Amino acid sequence: MRFRRRPTRLRRRIRRRDYECLRGAYGKRCTLALAPPGRFAWLLSVMENGVGGMTNQNDPQVVGVAPRLELQDITKIYPAVVANDGVNLQVLPGEIHAVLGENGAGKSTLMKIIYGVTKADRGTVSWNGQEVEIANPAQARRLGIGMVFQHFSLFETLTVVQNIALAVEEPFDLDGLARRIVEVSERYGLPLDPRRLVHSLSVGERQRVEIVRCLLQDPKLLIMDEPTSVLTPQAVRKLFETLNRLSSEGCSILYISHKLEEIRELCHKATVMRGGKVTGEADPRQETASSLARMMIGRELPVCQHAPAPEGGEPRLVIAGLSRTSDDPFGTDLKDIRLTVHGGEIVGIAGISGNGQQELLAALSGEQPLDPHQTYEIHVNGESVGNLDPAARRSLGLGFVPEERLGRGAVPAMSLADNALLTAHRAGMVKLGLVAGAQVRAFADRCIETFDVRCGGHEAVAKSLSGGNLQKFIVGRELLQSPSVMIAAQPTWGVDVGAATTIRQALIDLRNRGVAVLVISEELEELFEICDRIAVIAEGRLSPTKVTAETNQEEIGLWMSGMFPGVEDEPLPDRQELIDAH
Amino acid sequence: MDTFTAIVLATLGAGTPLVFAALGELITEKSGVLNLGVEGMMLVGAVCGFAVAADSGSIWLGVLTAVAAGAAMALVFAVLTLTFQANQVASGLALTIFGIGLSAFIGLGYTSVALDGMDPVRIPVLSDIPVVGPLLFGLDPLMYLSFALFGAVTWFLYRSKAGLLLRGIGEAPDSAHAIGYPVIRIRYLAVLFGGAMAGLGGAYLALVYTPLWVEEMTAGRGWIALALVVFSTWRPGRVMLGAYLFGGVTILQFHVQGLGIDLPSQLLSMLPYLATIFVLVLISRDINTIRLNAPASIGQAFHPSN
Ligand SMILES: Nc1ncnc2c1ncn2[C@@H]1O[C@H](COP(=O)(O)OP(=O)(O)OP(=O)(O)O)[C@@H](O)[C@H]1O
Ligand SMILES: [Mg+2]
Repeated sequence: MRFRRRPTRLRRRIRRRDYECLRGAYGKRCTLALAPPGRFAWLLSVMENGVGGMTNQNDPQVVGVAPRLELQDITKIYPAVVANDGVNLQVLPGEIHAVLGENGAGKSTLMKIIYGVTKADRGTVSWNGQEVEIANPAQARRLGIGMVFQHFSLFETLTVVQNIALAVEEPFDLDGLARRIVEVSERYGLPLDPRRLVHSLSVGERQRVEIVRCLLQDPKLLIMDEPTSVLTPQAVRKLFETLNRLSSEGCSILYISHKLEEIRELCHKATVMRGGKVTGEADPRQETASSLARMMIGRELPVCQHAPAPEGGEPRLVIAGLSRTSDDPFGTDLKDIRLTVHGGEIVGIAGISGNGQQELLAALSGEQPLDPHQTYEIHVNGESVGNLDPAARRSLGLGFVPEERLGRGAVPAMSLADNALLTAHRAGMVKLGLVAGAQVRAFADRCIETFDVRCGGHEAVAKSLSGGNLQKFIVGRELLQSPSVMIAAQPTWGVDVGAATTIRQALIDLRNRGVAVLVISEELEELFEICDRIAVIAEGRLSPTKVTAETNQEEIGLWMSGMFPGVEDEPLPDRQELIDAH
Repeated sequence: MDTFTAIVLATLGAGTPLVFAALGELITEKSGVLNLGVEGMMLVGAVCGFAVAADSGSIWLGVLTAVAAGAAMALVFAVLTLTFQANQVASGLALTIFGIGLSAFIGLGYTSVALDGMDPVRIPVLSDIPVVGPLLFGLDPLMYLSFALFGAVTWFLYRSKAGLLLRGIGEAPDSAHAIGYPVIRIRYLAVLFGGAMAGLGGAYLALVYTPLWVEEMTAGRGWIALALVVFSTWRPGRVMLGAYLFGGVTILQFHVQGLGIDLPSQLLSMLPYLATIFVLVLISRDINTIRLNAPASIGQAFHPSN
């Protein structure tokens, strides 16, 4: 996705109202971008409300305002790693402050310390210039801190409105709240249906719930840990408008993202972390995406190496007119999906989450096998697998990276070695029904090494890994089993730019070795970078595929709204032929 | 009083201890804690209530003591499992065994004592209406309390914010903690409530249903209460249904035994247990309702800090 650089609301407002005043304050040639953002809010508040509107006007040490939040020497030591090492950080009122860093740099840990979920071993937190001890989230919320978690903290068996009702402090009135959610979520560009049960939502929709829930709390400091990892570009744009408005009203925002363009567009200031330490600060608006990436990973950003696609691969994954009605009343029905992925090519499926991706993945992985009479609708390596379970499909050479890493991709409370065993046991790790421990550990170590997973070794439990590192581990586990068909959903969700390149390169290498790769992702840029052909899924229908070089993001973007030519021209493989071939 | 009224009254009486114990356990389990000590808590409640009532002569003092004794037993369990994170299944089983022993010990001197039991309310005029009168207006006070408890629990779970929170905590304690709720404290309250209600159920048995103390007089009712909660998929309405079904079959099989039908009485005594579980499993077999109503975190320890 690409963002136009547009003046933020805040800047527009200042420009409209009191540009002259600001020019006076900062000298004639001063551009607004040079003025420290914290002062913006302060000036703005003075301009709007007079001096009485200033926060903390008696504080003499800073011109105008004390930092909303100040961290000093925050240190958190886990048994295997030092997650935060003497971190200092200042966030001014109204500032949108980015925290950048590789996977495992300690960003989420730092945010959890601010929010009281995790306790720091050392260091102090100050709020509006006063030292405070934040022992639990309740206390953080009383101060006015809200947080959007990287791994959502929602109640799956409750509805959207019930989830939100638990987080807002107001009289208990579900109907009234539901109406407000509809209205507010529309305004934020994150539309929600308040009556739906959360477990039936896609991750993209859950992310919307998490964000709206937080915004409704009216926080003074908003912590957003990768809030846009599975949002669509349109939703991101609307969210940024909202965040800019909040910031102009004096709300501070701590913003974590691996999408550097977002940070350049949105944030006033960036703190870069590596290995638990703060390694630099920058004004993201003055940097380029690649200079930010360099600060983050400490070297040039590697680029994916493409080779021309090998010619004449055989069809390895065939979806032959798959239709299926969803069990879930809110699910999407799949309608006559036809797609063939050949050995030696990467086919991408773009689309806004909630358009049938989940259902398609469940049908392809075997999590919800098809009815027996639909067996021929999915083929892997020439075998009809429609009614086989996931284990049988994997034995036929299918590798699979699911969308949710905690819960579907890995068992949170099990060690990495055990998690590796879960899908890789076919690779000779079980002998006579006994687990060959040494081999399992060796395999886990190989995943960890090849994909540079930062963790406390193969004995670390999956949930102790940072989000991106767990993702790398899961992708590695699947790739290293040398599948002949690989299906990956959101393979680089929450992965830092350096590691994302590694994963993409690994997928390309896989395809160069003749593997058929299917990638389902919401990130158009990623698809355009690695795919040979692209299709779009919208409302349960799959578009025809386009050779990537012959299309562009505009066309695919348009298709994502459901406007694409019919699929009839995609030849349906002859059923009998497939049966005979076997 | 005709036979029909008598049977219904007896059914209600046999079901009421289960209603108390099961509704209490329902609240405990909804918060994500599995307390297998219901049988033990009922027994201790029963014997303490009986002893105090016999010594003081006040049946109501006995009832209050039973409630407190049940809660005290639950407190032991809560400290073990919530504060010290001990395994819930093992602690619950231990609580039952402990309760059986403790109640037998306390009850040593009371096995030959008989109490008067509790008088029905008997609202004048109204309770004299045939059939309906005694059933609606002539029950004992604790039965009315059990109906009120059912209403309160249902309202609490499905209409109040606190009930919503309780369900949330049972499903995802980490999420509840993350949005600022004191998970452990709320679980404590839920466990204590469960204990108090189990104690009350025990009191009903020993003070009202059969006003005397016999060792292990609960005869597995604590276990049936546990089963009711699970097989009713954690829904109060079905808990009531199951409890009265159990009561009804218990009474019917007495009558059948009385008719002198040639079946071993042991087989007939099994009937209430079998019938209750069979019916509840049958009506609650829908996997979606189970998924939506089962507290997902049940039995798992929760650590607020890490
Ligand atoms: N509960 C825990 N137990 C042990 N180690 C942990 C725990 N939580 C985090 N860590 C470790 O602390 C380090 C920092 O993790 P953190 O989640 O803060 O990274 P991050 O910067 O948010 O990364 P990402 O971008 O992948 O989300 C990682 O090495 C991780 O393995
Ligand atoms: Mg993180």
